[in-house]
Amino acid sequence: MTHLLHLIVEPGFFANAPVRSALLAGGIVAVVSGIVGSFAVLRGQSYAGHALGDISVAGGSASFLAGVSPLWGFAGVGVLAAGVMDMIGVQRPRGRDLATGIVRGAGLGLGALFLYFATTHTSTTGATITILFGSLFTISSSLIPVIVLFSLPALGIVLVLYRPLLLSSAAAELAAARGTSVRLVGVLCLIAIALTVSLSALTIGAILSTALLIGPAATGLRLTSRPGLAMAWAALIGLAATWLGVLLAYDSFYWGSARHGWPVSFFVVTLILVFYLLSPRPVRRVPD
Amino acid sequence: MFSGFMASTWEVASIVAVVAGVIGFFVVLRGAAFAADAIPQGAFTGAAAASLIGVNTLIGLAVASLAGALGISWLGRRGRRDVATALILVVMLGLGALFLSFSSEYAPEIYALLFGEVLGVSATEIAPVAILGGLCVVATLLLFRPLLLSSLMPELAEARGVRASRMELVFLIVLALATSMTLPVTGALLIFSLMIGPPAAARSVTSRPLPAMLLSVLIALIVVWLSIAAAYQTNWPVGFFVGTLGAVCYAAGRGWARFWRGPRRLAAARREAAIGTPARTAGSAGLGAERRSGGSGGSPPRAGSVRV
Repeated sequence: MTHLLHLIVEPGFFANAPVRSALLAGGIVAVVSGIVGSFAVLRGQSYAGHALGDISVAGGSASFLAGVSPLWGFAGVGVLAAGVMDMIGVQRPRGRDLATGIVRGAGLGLGALFLYFATTHTSTTGATITILFGSLFTISSSLIPVIVLFSLPALGIVLVLYRPLLLSSAAAELAAARGTSVRLVGVLCLIAIALTVSLSALTIGAILSTALLIGPAATGLRLTSRPGLAMAWAALIGLAATWLGVLLAYDSFYWGSARHGWPVSFFVVTLILVFYLLSPRPVRRVPD
Repeated sequence: MFSGFMASTWEVASIVAVVAGVIGFFVVLRGAAFAADAIPQGAFTGAAAASLIGVNTLIGLAVASLAGALGISWLGRRGRRDVATALILVVMLGLGALFLSFSSEYAPEIYALLFGEVLGVSATEIAPVAILGGLCVVATLLLFRPLLLSSLMPELAEARGVRASRMELVFLIVLALATSMTLPVTGALLIFSLMIGPPAAARSVTSRPLPAMLLSVLIALIVVWLSIAAAYQTNWPVGFFVGTLGAVCYAAGRGWARFWRGPRRLAAARREAAIGTPARTAGSAGLGAERRSGGSGGSPPRAGSVRV
């Protein structure tokens, strides 16, 4: 029995402090991303979600330079970029991707500049890699309260605005006719997405941030047409992918003789894609 | 600034700008900014894999960006296109992270791949860039009319026998080729910013396809030349200048559409209302107003707004 268990879970998995932090932080981020991401997918703002994660990296490098906690840089720049995106027309479906791309290009350009300053002035060559490909296993447990603190406003916005947000995502005209400020709701939703991805980009890297925001939510929305249930599915799938990914990454250290761990991002992303591919094709095709 | 090792930089950058201007016109027209963003970003996986198994980086980039294009096209048929693009992008980045973890010496080059090292282009890189770039431009020009039709009026194109899904695939493949050739010299960020900023600005000025494309090439060239000159002077990364200038182009185009073409459209509409007939006879302003409806950076062009 113990032998069988060890085939699945290598020894020391639950006693390992980085693993516990990774499970806890990754779990929180996965649940929040799944719930907020459902709205990102529903509103066709996958690209905005991805771009905000990348842009907040620019904020991270700016705070790296300024010497303040990267958290404020990530969240502040993410929210700022969300505002700019809304200002230049993210609410129009057709020009949305273009506006998002422009903001992303400018944001990453600034990020490149800040990184350049940061690396030439303090000669920390690993900064780019750390910021872009942050790893679940490098989270310190002291960061977990902060993750919870930043998750709450993102979750709060989405849950408080649940009905108007849903209505304005599905039928903007109807929502406007019923007195909902579609624009305001849209901005708040974008801010919730920005907070979520900046948080997850900081803790688990920009790759996983996009993956957890879009993948589980898209899978959930294919599984059921009831939005609340789809969100629950998204949170569950995100959680499953993250925890399984952590487990596999931990186990991968014992694969082969090289004693070389595979990155956790790879496993989580692959699992998310597998879940998406396994989900049934919706009967009625969701319009683009 | 114009001599010695900088000569090849100017040549390669100009080729890149022309290719980006031509292909970017269709990127903006089709609203494919996410794909144009994802393919270059995901392509770095190929560079990481190529360095791992010891083949030419260009081959790795080409294979990876083609795989990305095919993946987006395949997964896009199963569901929403933006979700498909996001998923393919993260899977490729995840694979890239895996390859990077196997080869430690490659890591510092990511910065160059993402943000570009235009100032360090060697003369031997000109030939492959020129050949692949020429291929992309020729392919785009050969496909100009069907691609335009299928981008603007997919239903009409289908009726004429132009399959929208096939056009999408062909377009993504051209995009992937353009990506793989430019990535090692310019970085993912530079090519992406060049592909959307200048064409968006050009489309705000005119919605006639050919002039818009030429204008987009011209703006892209100016942006690249200014960026290289500025980067040379300040020693700051080229990506910063291209990203910022791309945004400036977009803002200028929006401003142009709003303050210059907006009033003219209003005037034309008023004339139309006053005379009771379409303002088509009211000279060039009326014609411009008629045709301009597709402007302001990516809003959908109405039927008849562009001559096909």
